[in-house]
Amino acid sequence: MIHLQNIRKRFRRPGGGWFDAVQDTSLAITAGEVFGLIGFSGAGKSTLLRLINLLERPDSGAVIVDGQDLTAMDAPALRRARQHLGMVFQQFNLMANRTVADNIAFPLEIAGWSKADIAQRVAECLEVVGLSDRAQHYPAQLSGGQKQRVGIARALAPRPKVILADEPTSALDPKTTQSILDCLRDINQRFGVTVVIVTHEMHVVRSICHRAAVLDAGQVVEVVEVSDGKVDARSDLARSLLEAA
Amino acid sequence: MEEMTFAAALADLAGMAPEIWQACQETGLMLGVGLAAAILLGGPLGIWLYLSQPGQLFANRLVNGVLGWTVNLVRSFPFIILMVSLVPLTRLLVGSTIGPVAAAVPLSFAAIPYFARLVEQTLREIPRGVVEAAEAMGASPLQIIIKVLLNEARSGLISSLTILTISFLSYSAVAGVVGGGGIGDLAIRYGYYRFQTDVMVAMVLLLVVIVQIIQLLGNRLAARLDKR
Repeated sequence: MIHLQNIRKRFRRPGGGWFDAVQDTSLAITAGEVFGLIGFSGAGKSTLLRLINLLERPDSGAVIVDGQDLTAMDAPALRRARQHLGMVFQQFNLMANRTVADNIAFPLEIAGWSKADIAQRVAECLEVVGLSDRAQHYPAQLSGGQKQRVGIARALAPRPKVILADEPTSALDPKTTQSILDCLRDINQRFGVTVVIVTHEMHVVRSICHRAAVLDAGQVVEVVEVSDGKVDARSDLARSLLEAA
Repeated sequence: MEEMTFAAALADLAGMAPEIWQACQETGLMLGVGLAAAILLGGPLGIWLYLSQPGQLFANRLVNGVLGWTVNLVRSFPFIILMVSLVPLTRLLVGSTIGPVAAAVPLSFAAIPYFARLVEQTLREIPRGVVEAAEAMGASPLQIIIKVLLNEARSGLISSLTILTISFLSYSAVAGVVGGGGIGDLAIRYGYYRFQTDVMVAMVLLLVVIVQIIQLLGNRLAARLDKR
């Protein structure tokens, strides 16, 4: 579903010089799996995620999603492709002046859906995340966990094949974290949506991922398999992340 | 000048009612044209100023530099000097340099960069992540501007417009004195040149009331639109 081929990305440091956020990385993520990107701060995991929908453009390499090379697209084609790539953020990034329902409707308005279709789809998505009774509330009236549910519903609304989740639970308490993870797993299982999730917590990987890439200094150290909540880790880094959890 | 009683002052003012009403209309006309120019031209300019900043949608150091410099340039002129400098342009556009329509030209000229700065400052308060989310969902630049930036900033934009209106009520008095008419002009002509202090006091009171009303309406509307 997602192929990253020899991706490099560097940023100019504020003080001068360069920071290699992602160094010659290749990764293949299979359709229908929940794939984790895990590492300590600064390992390049968020950058790698943002490269998948080209919020960051790679300096070299190709990003192929669902058979399409995003790096070769012009701006309008990329915008259309992004409409099938949902994204969930650590800080939710909801629009404060739109109601819950209107936030979820946003990607559908962008994609040119009719009003009737939007209303129906918004209701479905609210149902999926269990917030049907909050449709007319504004984000400021919601708890953190509820805001993230709206974020997930918004990502889900245009029936994407992939949802990219950037530390979706890092701003939440442990109990809420679990409910958000359950929600993502539910969406993965019911709708077959491929989920790529960035986290620094091995707990998140154990809880919902099928596989995860362990990142350090902009490189993939190892791709671990998760079965029955157990992580088969070989590298020292993966083990230290396991112990930290 | 004879000593004036309150009753005499009222009678005096009542006799001037048609002139006062005309002055109000002239002020309204000057403000209306100036604010319309500010919204229609200053608004887009402010959006462009914001979007050309580093890290924004149309980040471009050169464009941002040129726009910022130009805005600062126009804003550096003391208003009265801007008016005098623009006399040829005013004559070209309106065919005259006297009257509220003529005065609206320099007023608009000053209002455009003023409002552009206010819009830019207001837009800066929108969290970058919200715009980024819209980008990630495949929104076009125009959709981001209209559906995200302007909608998220709407309450701040109303507050900015309130500030602009009140500032330009004051500017319109300056413009009025140089042939534009309006409330400020009336106050100067009668209150200052003819020593009719009652007219001066009445006009200032009128302006005080207008300012209070504008601020009140602006605050109310801004609060109603703000769901943050």
